[in-house]
Amino acid sequence: MTRRRFPTLAAVTWLYVLWSLLPILVAVRISFNSGKSRSSFQAPSLRWYTGDPTASVLHDDSLHTALSNTIVLALCTMLVATPIGVALAIGLHRWKGRTAQAANGLVLVPIVTPEIVFGVALFLVFSQLYTGIPQGLTSQVLGHVTFTLSFVVIIVRGRLTAVGREYEEAARDLGATRLQAVRLVLLPLLAPAVFASLMVVFATSVDDFVISSFLSTGAGTETVPIRIYSGAKAGSTPALNALAVVMLVVTLSAAAVAGLVLRAMRRRTGMGAGLTEAGGLAGLGG
Amino acid sequence: MAVSRRLRSSWAPFALPGVGWLVAFFALSVYAVVAVALGRTDPLLRTAQPAWNPLDWDTSALTRVISRVVGGDLGHVVGRTFLFVLLALVGCIAIGYPVAYHAARGAHRWRKVLLVALVLPFWISYLMRMMAWTNLLQPDGYVNRVLHALHLQGEPRNWLDGDWYTVVIGLVYGYVPFFILPLYSVLERLDGRLLEAGRDLGATARQTFWHVTLPLSRPGLMAASVVTVLPMFGDYYTNTYLTSGSPRTEMIGNQIEFYLRGSSQPQTGASLVLVLMALLFVLMAYYLATTAREQKAAR
Repeated sequence: MTRRRFPTLAAVTWLYVLWSLLPILVAVRISFNSGKSRSSFQAPSLRWYTGDPTASVLHDDSLHTALSNTIVLALCTMLVATPIGVALAIGLHRWKGRTAQAANGLVLVPIVTPEIVFGVALFLVFSQLYTGIPQGLTSQVLGHVTFTLSFVVIIVRGRLTAVGREYEEAARDLGATRLQAVRLVLLPLLAPAVFASLMVVFATSVDDFVISSFLSTGAGTETVPIRIYSGAKAGSTPALNALAVVMLVVTLSAAAVAGLVLRAMRRRTGMGAGLTEAGGLAGLGG
Repeated sequence: MAVSRRLRSSWAPFALPGVGWLVAFFALSVYAVVAVALGRTDPLLRTAQPAWNPLDWDTSALTRVISRVVGGDLGHVVGRTFLFVLLALVGCIAIGYPVAYHAARGAHRWRKVLLVALVLPFWISYLMRMMAWTNLLQPDGYVNRVLHALHLQGEPRNWLDGDWYTVVIGLVYGYVPFFILPLYSVLERLDGRLLEAGRDLGATARQTFWHVTLPLSRPGLMAASVVTVLPMFGDYYTNTYLTSGSPRTEMIGNQIEFYLRGSSQPQTGASLVLVLMALLFVLMAYYLATTAREQKAAR
């Protein structure tokens, strides 16, 4: 098969890659600026990471509070959303009937719901109905779990279809109870999808601005995206860039670890949820 | 039969926690928007008094908001939202299609590197990507310096003082990665033999593209458009961030955020959310109807 070469197409593509990544590199470089400017670079320094006694990420309370809030929020969301989502996926995959169809619809609607509708809806339900639930981190975790649950279901259901029912049925024939078959046979087979779900939930939660912002009660519950957003108005320093870079290093190392683990799992079991798939799903959230 | 049905339906307990969660925090949350929009506002304290019982619904606030959207002051904001989303979608197609096509069907040797580069933005926070642009677009930023060095522009200018094109370019920059990936997955599965058949039957490269490739990539283009257009309609942070909140670039999301958080008029905000949901519902219905029709035609 001959494939024609398209030099223009290649040029457009690589120009796009340059356009999409170059600004990030400039922003990273500015985080190492010795001066106060966020637009022109003077000399390299660690002033905005550790050096500055009041305004660096290390010493400015509001910055490292935002950092720890973001990570705590993402970890809590990950640990709650994944088990509920995996169980939901297994249940929906097998459970048939009219109620099951309605439940399926209920899982799909959140995916096409724009974040602002989500944010407003959660904001109103927590301020009007669930007034007993403390606002802030608790409501933010509840909101993020609601937002990410459907992603887990989609990733795990893809894997369930690929795995099929044979292994589990064999286990049942050999005398395992249904729960034993799920625990000892199905869950290990689902491991790559469970792991991919953990990563997608983490990445989605870390990236979220709208829902965290609608459920934030003030400075104590700000996350990194909220801090970056509010930094646009006030005169801000490269410390904001440094904060974003720290967050970037956290997510990129998580992505790298995820890639390696998934590749190892794929080699062992022959199948796996692709990282592209995971990235694409994270994107569905906006 | 009865036994097997009981066996099958006994999978329901697995789904129960998740379904319960979504009912409590998703379905009821959306219902809270309806209840607040169709409820009352306390005249003294201006707090929302949601009408949880459909019998208590009062549509006067919603009607007021709708009349402001249809020909009223909010009409401009809604019109601007449509314009920005449409222009950004055109930008996404113009950039996203060639890139997705090249990644899927060209780029042999560099494909792996290219795919990593295309997925990378997913792992970088959206607001960090916007922040990177505000760094570049300052009056003494790199964009002005590059334009000056190329003699394209004399005086340095402030790109961040509320110009519509800054917002549109920002939207394209923000959402085009989400456009490329679903399109890529469709283009990659496209049957190359059909394209070759077109060429073998005497069509020129251009004719093959218009009559074979483009119709075959329609599902991908539609899916990619939905994935980007839905969140863009609710976007209020990109324009606020890139124009320091200039009223000249206000979108419907800004108004929603303003009524709910800026000034506490939750009823107006909730009504606007209902209007937005209705608009998006129409778009979604159109998308689902076209894809269903195309799938039927393909069979």
